[in-house]
Amino acid sequence: MELTGAQALVKSLEMQGVEVIFGLPGGAILPVYDPIIDSSIRHILVRHEQGAGHMAEGYAHATGRPGVAMVTSGPGATNVVTPLADAYMDSVPFVCVTGQVATTSIGTDAFQECDTTGITMGVTKHNWLITDAQDIPRVVAEAFHVATTGRPGPVLVDVPKDIANTPMQWYRPESIDLPGYRPASSPDLGAIAAAVELVGSAERPVIYAGGGILKAQASEALLAFAELTGIPVVTTLMARGAFPDSHPLCLGMPGMHGNYTAVTALQRADLLLALGSRFDDRVTGKVSAFAPVAKVVHVDIDKAEIGKVRRPEIGIVADCRLAIEALTEAVGQAGPVDKVRLGPWIAQLDDWRAEFPYTYDRELPEPSAATASGPGGRPPLLKPEFVIETLRSATPDDTILASGVGQHQMWASQYWKFDYPNTWVNSGGLGTMGFAVPAAIGAKVGRPDRMVWAVDGDGCFQMTAQELVTASAERIPVKIAILNNAYLGMVRQWQHMFYEERYSEVYLSPDLPDYVGWAESMGCVGMRVESPEEVLPAIEKANAVDDRPVVIDFRTDSMEQVFPMVPAGASNDEIVVHPSQRDPRSAR
Amino acid sequence: MTTPAHGSAPRHHLLSVLVENKAGVLARVAGLFSRRGFNIFSLAVAPTHDERFSRISIVVDVESSPLEQVVAQLDKLINVVDIGELHPDAAREAELLLVTVSADAGARAQVIQLVGVYGGRIVDVGHDGLTVMLAGTPEVLDDFEELMAPYGIVGLQRTGRIALPKLDRGASAPARIADIA
Repeated sequence: MELTGAQALVKSLEMQGVEVIFGLPGGAILPVYDPIIDSSIRHILVRHEQGAGHMAEGYAHATGRPGVAMVTSGPGATNVVTPLADAYMDSVPFVCVTGQVATTSIGTDAFQECDTTGITMGVTKHNWLITDAQDIPRVVAEAFHVATTGRPGPVLVDVPKDIANTPMQWYRPESIDLPGYRPASSPDLGAIAAAVELVGSAERPVIYAGGGILKAQASEALLAFAELTGIPVVTTLMARGAFPDSHPLCLGMPGMHGNYTAVTALQRADLLLALGSRFDDRVTGKVSAFAPVAKVVHVDIDKAEIGKVRRPEIGIVADCRLAIEALTEAVGQAGPVDKVRLGPWIAQLDDWRAEFPYTYDRELPEPSAATASGPGGRPPLLKPEFVIETLRSATPDDTILASGVGQHQMWASQYWKFDYPNTWVNSGGLGTMGFAVPAAIGAKVGRPDRMVWAVDGDGCFQMTAQELVTASAERIPVKIAILNNAYLGMVRQWQHMFYEERYSEVYLSPDLPDYVGWAESMGCVGMRVESPEEVLPAIEKANAVDDRPVVIDFRTDSMEQVFPMVPAGASNDEIVVHPSQRDPRSAR
Repeated sequence: MTTPAHGSAPRHHLLSVLVENKAGVLARVAGLFSRRGFNIFSLAVAPTHDERFSRISIVVDVESSPLEQVVAQLDKLINVVDIGELHPDAAREAELLLVTVSADAGARAQVIQLVGVYGGRIVDVGHDGLTVMLAGTPEVLDDFEELMAPYGIVGLQRTGRIALPKLDRGASAPARIADIA
């Protein structure tokens, strides 16, 4: 069967089971957009290519399946670099197809030409420039294989315009031939046995669960292992939902803004079981002072993560689910588990949990000059934590929550209760402001059966809000809670703490733009909430809207800071808790 | 490629990297080094006897990062098929040098004599200079380069090291590529 390269590309995507493409056409990708009209694949026309990339990521976060974006050459490709870098940092399976100028024009500085494969080499797991239409089915199969196996990640396929127009003989790729790509799978049983021995003798063990748990679909395996051994679990920012927050063994999030118990448990542990986590600097703080007395068992599918930051006593290169199942089996075979031994440790953790929960001042502040730009008489501003707590209590347990990056992201991770895997969609490694709106849209497309909320900051919202036009046009009913504190809040917090309150270029204004008017102009329902009594009714009203997006502008207290906090570069022992929890007699 | 000195220091390791012979593979390898903050000391690349593959010989400055991390990251490149570390005492190493030396009538005989001692070849002759080609171990080339310097080096190009494992002759030579990938 003879097809054009473009037809072969679309057919190849169909064969991969792609149900949706997020994209925006342009000159070089024009030939590929023609067969899309006849394809079973849904195409969602974005308003900016960055939106396409983050939607593909959100789709992948929520479904575990690869997200697909399609953009044109030059600026289309460069606009998608941020999502690629984001997906690379957070190991998100994402296949990006870019148009390219004709092969005869490559290298001539042609209109809308850029070296897309060169630019994206460092932010993709692999990329391909197709130079022969006959290669298309094979390359698409390879691209999906690479994106979804081993440590997942973004890949990019660059398709020159003339290649898309060239006839080729269709074929179904029989097998993948990548001699240099051999992702790990099963764990080494000797290493498992050695790990089990450490588990058997540890008195203060902690499971340090990372995003790899979700990528490996290992949540159930982790639950079984934790319950069998009685070992408590911390879930990193990327692993929120990988282990239920409501479980008694769940200590919550560690790291720079993690809770006291999770942070301190790692510091005092004598054994860390690092499962699909990568000792990120936001978790470890000062590496040389991180978990100083702990022996480490590190399970990761990426061999390069073993020993990259912290040299483990035992490194296991394997799929997380298979490794955890092997650990569970080996522990079971080793005889009855002595949970009594862990009693004092669990008691200590419970004491910390009781003494240092997440907390905030529930007293509302007086309106401040900084946040009340209009004439006086504004009501007291909302506490952002209160908004999130209320949102959590008013939404279904399996609601998918997306967030941007900054204070609101930390509060969302702290105050949301995650009890299901793949319900938390956020930008952890790259820290991409503007992630929330498009990622929430992608998540809702992937999981139309779920309620999808985004908690966003006012700074973040302004970066990608135009994708709400996409959501309105495509009837994708996402709900956005803007925690509008009129500041780039996290930067403001750092300037408050480390730059002597010299607030440089962080003020945004609560009223400019008018978020309600903006939302309505984009076809959304827009609401503004200024007082605590209005919070729940507004959320309930938003929950009832199912035919268009909703944006709520929550006016929040700009003075509010995220606690606890470990200052950058400091030891986790120097964790700064909320002022109300500080003992006046100690330095803490 | 920042270090001015040639030859081998203990902090250098030779990686023999088998890659798919495809467009852009060298850029991927070189880009990985700069991206991860590793230093390449020298690099030589050419297709192997099997045209589907090329072999890149990379001398790595491992003070910049542990060798194990360099290898693990390299191994993640899809086009990298195999990585071996060649220990200097278990490998036959060679490098090629071309040097143009100032050698007027008075100095020419001395230069030619030295070239003869080192087993090099004169590949070009000018009125006041000679171009010499010399193959050998990096140490021998260092030596020769030092001897040429006083005459005045006009131009110099070295290939970077290439190597293969020493042949196994039973118990006396435990030499093969240590497969560390």
